[in-house]
Amino acid sequence: MAQGRPIISIRDLEKIYKSKNSHVKALEHINLDVYEGEVFGIIGLSGAGKSTLVRCMNFLERPTAGTVFFDGKDLSQLTKKELLIARQSMGMIFQQFNLLMQRNSIDNICFPLEIVGMERNQAKKRAYELLEVVGLSDKANAYPAQLSGGQKQRVAIARALATNPKVLLCDEATSALDPATTHSILGLLKQINKDMGLTIVVITHEMSVIEEICQRIAIIDDSRIVEMGNVIDIFTNPKTEIAKSFASPGGDRPDRVIGNRLVQIIFDGNSSYEPVLAKTILECKAPVNIMFADTKNIDGRAFGQMIIQLPEDENLSNRVLAYLRTQDIIVKEVEASV
Amino acid sequence: MFSSEVIKMIGFGLLETLYMTLVSTALAYIIGLPLGVALVVSEGSENPLVRGANTVLGVIVNLLRSVPFLILLVALIPFTRFIVGTSIGSTATIVPLVVASAPFVARLVESSIKEVDRGVIEAAQCMGASMTKVIYKVMLPEAKPSLIVGSAIAVTTILSYSAMAGFVGGGGLGDIAIRYGYYRYQDDIMIITVALLVVVVQILQEIGMRLAKIGDRRIN
Ligand SMILES: Nc1ncnc2c1ncn2[C@@H]1O[C@H](COP(=O)(O)OP(=O)(O)O)[C@@H](O)[C@H]1O
Ligand SMILES: [Mg+2]
Repeated sequence: MAQGRPIISIRDLEKIYKSKNSHVKALEHINLDVYEGEVFGIIGLSGAGKSTLVRCMNFLERPTAGTVFFDGKDLSQLTKKELLIARQSMGMIFQQFNLLMQRNSIDNICFPLEIVGMERNQAKKRAYELLEVVGLSDKANAYPAQLSGGQKQRVAIARALATNPKVLLCDEATSALDPATTHSILGLLKQINKDMGLTIVVITHEMSVIEEICQRIAIIDDSRIVEMGNVIDIFTNPKTEIAKSFASPGGDRPDRVIGNRLVQIIFDGNSSYEPVLAKTILECKAPVNIMFADTKNIDGRAFGQMIIQLPEDENLSNRVLAYLRTQDIIVKEVEASV
Repeated sequence: MFSSEVIKMIGFGLLETLYMTLVSTALAYIIGLPLGVALVVSEGSENPLVRGANTVLGVIVNLLRSVPFLILLVALIPFTRFIVGTSIGSTATIVPLVVASAPFVARLVESSIKEVDRGVIEAAQCMGASMTKVIYKVMLPEAKPSLIVGSAIAVTTILSYSAMAGFVGGGGLGDIAIRYGYYRYQDDIMIITVALLVVVVQILQEIGMRLAKIGDRRIN
């Protein structure tokens, strides 16, 4: 994707949590740029330093070394007041939603507007508009305790958007939600990114979240960024063990597939995500047996691999092979055990 | 059963008790609420001066809380005289009541505010809320139900302190119970004043709990 201007730039950032008897290096040598209008993902295992990194982006946590530029400004050079104003241009949503429990949806969304000093009626009007954007107009007067997890996150998104921020930071925003709700929340974020051109930074430990909405990612492991680039590049050609493990969860290798007439099909992202196998079966009128499958749809393209068993009939079997070779996939005949 | 004089006296005692309790509670909150907030926001501050102030404040609060009320009451007599002009009667009793209960209120407020989810406070800070705004718009409103429960506890504690003040001529129902029930062995007066105290405590407690529940949006 075309890269515009960086909205967040981080240079040589380091964060050490020091207390009397402990010294935790949460981040070191962090360099990254988040460009205007993109959805940037930060993925890593629990404890890798993701939350610390996102909290350094709005200076909720002060880095112990290095610089954070937001919208061209070095955050460490701002006065207290200027920092508060800069934060008003950064929305944030959280795993636990963090809504005010004693305020209803509308008043939660009005909250950041009160902070910037918007007049009450105007704030309310804006809050109703935003509630419509997130599809919750009928829950204006509901309190958080009366909302489901997904609805709470929608209110939180509306609240984060209220002040027209330049970026939206999402720290594990879908980690407390079930898969269907996660999908709908990610859909909403995607739509907001597209419609409003809002830059979004997504922190997650789940590959599926990255696949669904991110264009570029950084993989963070043990306080450092170990890989960074386009999602597709990283997952077709992961260089580090950690990236490989995210690319194929559980390190799945079909090493226990045993049988004969086996064919390995590799989807390397050149083919679009289509039911290749179903089409093969229909075209060749031959039954095939799926022994192993681990494929993903990233940005509309297919990645991963499959192992299938060809039919016993040699004619049929050859026909299937020939057909598969016409597709934009890599086909390998394999020995009994892969 | 009682002469109209006794009834009048008990009625007046009840009013005095209420007067001492409610005024003292109000004053204790005027002092204790900001102290409680200060205890919370100064804790773990990056500024060593603020951290020092937190420690000093904590020590003062704990010292005042560990002195038994009756002793504080006697020790404060000169101070009470200086402020009110006398150390006898219900208005004079308000002084030691406030001194004894403000630190207690500060701790109650502190623990109520600490119940507020850290994440919510953090969210407000992410939106660029200053500390003052976090206090007024997040900490206090979010802690409201718990603060009301705390005030019910405070008011009943202050009421029982006010009854103790009867030993040194502090006015109110406690005074009557001691003068008539204890020194003159009039058991009937003793029983009626004790019963009244119990009823007042129950009523105040119930009002507090109900208000806390009605105002709490986490359960309705
Ligand atoms: N306030 C803190 N004080 C001390 N250590 C912390 C603090 N916050 C995080 N850490 C430590 O920093 C490391 C990274 O934490 P975090 O950024 O929360 O990781 P993640 O979000 O990737 O799970 C962990 O080892 C964690 O224990
Ligand atoms: Mg985290």
